[in-house]
Amino acid sequence: MNIHEHQAKDLFAAAGIPVPRGRVAHTPAEAREIARELNAKVVVKAQVHAGGRGKAGGIQLAATPEEAEAKAKAILGMEIKGLPVKRVLVAEQLDIEHEHYLGIVLDRARKRPVVMASAAGGIDIEEVARTAPEKIVRCHVDPLAGLHPFEAREICFTIERRGEVAQRMAPILNRLADLYRRVDASLAEINPLVVARDGQVWALDAKVVLDDNALYRHPELEALREDEDPNEAAARRMGLSYIRLDGEIGCVVNGAGLAMATMDVIKAYGGTPANFLDIGGSSNPDKVLTAMDILASDRKVKAIFFNIFGGITRTDDVAQGIAQALAKRKPRVPIVIRLTGTNEERAREILSGIGLTSTTSMDEGVKQAIAQAREGRAAPAAGGRR
Amino acid sequence: MSILIHERTRVVVQGITGRDGSFHARSMLEYGTQVVAGVTPGKGGSQLDGRVPIFDTVKEAVRATGADASVIYVPAAFAADAILEAAAAGVALTVCITEGIPVADMIEVWEVIERLKTTRLIGPNCPGLISPGKSKIGIMPGFICRPGRVGLVSRSGTLTYEVVKALTDAEIGQSTCIGIGGDPIIGTSFVDVLALFAADPDTDAVVLIGEIGGTDEQEAAEFIRRRYPKPVVAFIAGQTAPPGRRMGHAGAIVSGSSGTAEEKIRAFADAGVGVARVPSEIPAKVSATISARVR
Repeated sequence: MNIHEHQAKDLFAAAGIPVPRGRVAHTPAEAREIARELNAKVVVKAQVHAGGRGKAGGIQLAATPEEAEAKAKAILGMEIKGLPVKRVLVAEQLDIEHEHYLGIVLDRARKRPVVMASAAGGIDIEEVARTAPEKIVRCHVDPLAGLHPFEAREICFTIERRGEVAQRMAPILNRLADLYRRVDASLAEINPLVVARDGQVWALDAKVVLDDNALYRHPELEALREDEDPNEAAARRMGLSYIRLDGEIGCVVNGAGLAMATMDVIKAYGGTPANFLDIGGSSNPDKVLTAMDILASDRKVKAIFFNIFGGITRTDDVAQGIAQALAKRKPRVPIVIRLTGTNEERAREILSGIGLTSTTSMDEGVKQAIAQAREGRAAPAAGGRR
Repeated sequence: MSILIHERTRVVVQGITGRDGSFHARSMLEYGTQVVAGVTPGKGGSQLDGRVPIFDTVKEAVRATGADASVIYVPAAFAADAILEAAAAGVALTVCITEGIPVADMIEVWEVIERLKTTRLIGPNCPGLISPGKSKIGIMPGFICRPGRVGLVSRSGTLTYEVVKALTDAEIGQSTCIGIGGDPIIGTSFVDVLALFAADPDTDAVVLIGEIGGTDEQEAAEFIRRRYPKPVVAFIAGQTAPPGRRMGHAGAIVSGSSGTAEEKIRAFADAGVGVARVPSEIPAKVSATISARVR
């Protein structure tokens, strides 16, 4: 789960990592009020779950409360990478002398977290890793003991020449490592970690990504969930895994790998997938209904493709779920069903009872769905179930 | 022959009295797997269907029945502990089906089982494995398989079944099919399984099904490039996945520019591996590599 910069900074502050004074604002007037309270030049920063905020104009400086209000007004109206900006962080400006990078991330290959640090902060660390890998210092964290203070010192004295500044950075890195572990993060990043002209060290930006699998033991962090797509939220509550894309073929699939492969097959045959949707092993009609409602609400969807492999899942149960869902609501777009595996003859009987046919081949089903979507696009008024 | 499991593998089921545990214990028995024991703390002394004795601890189960493999169906919050219990009891193979284990828990588990070196872990978040006609451990449906000489290794569940069934329909049987799991931290990697298949005299070719996220496929490609002795056919799921979004599996996420399907497909192509564009191309590619070899 992604959290916003201002939320990550609250976690930082509670962990003893220095962050510039500031607060989050939902309106331009609030932004002005915060700037007045801070009584300093401020920076107004869009709070969205997307990178590249600065380049998109989502981070702007303001010298006065009035200017902060105007800048907030501009940013609050913006969309960054398709995401509307609903709140801004208004924070004190710093007198920046140097920008470092500190981050902790899971190293999957080594099966332990790794600290990455660099004197080349403030820019995309992946870019640094690609173009100048020698500028990044790496240190794996002992999974049982955590990051030792001496390791933090070694790292910080490597990237920062001035001893007294490095001495201030090292405990910040230890606190970041402790936080990473305590909140079950999969990423904790300070980019940039700023050295101000007076030699003080600040986390100017903050990024924390939380492990979804561990949220059950952190209800206080679950409460930080914000700005989720309403359909994705509805899917999650129903135990479905849904991600919206941009295409025309809505997909309902059992299993994550098969769902990804279904999207790939659609693309290979010249169609465009509208989503990733894994209904899991369940054949619960409510899940099927939720899935169809979600896909139907996406106006770009021109056909819905069910791809069900009955291994443990019984395909007749899924067919029953589809029949019950259709009895409750008629979809506005054609439905194509591919199912194969356990009890597929019975499933086909159920489907033909409600006027639906199905195929056993994924490729065949995908081709049919693409054809149906093309027809629907050519004659939108003629939409509906066939 | 087959790898990892065979007719004589003796299995203990951790979480045997749960809904999933009991269902799959019965399904394994029906397939012919030697399910010799179950474990549910507090249910020791009882039996499943009057035929499988249940114990309170894995240690007792192993001592009483000589189980040498464990399969875990316990909920995510308790699964890490269950893996450690199996490792401490010394079962040679531990298969963890459970999905949703926190990554931090798996980091600790890996640290401990690496030190103990008593067990090979498969999973978590995997469908398990099957040596068709001999034994299955986990949740794979037996009816889609047929005995044969192609090994299959995959990070996913139903996509694995899809490909196994396509092979079976094309009359290409399998030696062993293994789902290694869709999480960021798993016990057995593609490279580990490729090495086992390389050494198995009854496996002629390998099908590898990868997906976006991580670098396990790239490492497999590098391993194959260094004179892997058997033909490999691969498919990578998630060619259309956008970066930064988790595609169901906790491990299936493209971070920045790394872990993309494109990168993995290129790595395999460079290693001389036939890469299928869609899953249905796999059987023909396998037939072609095998007959090329026989000729």
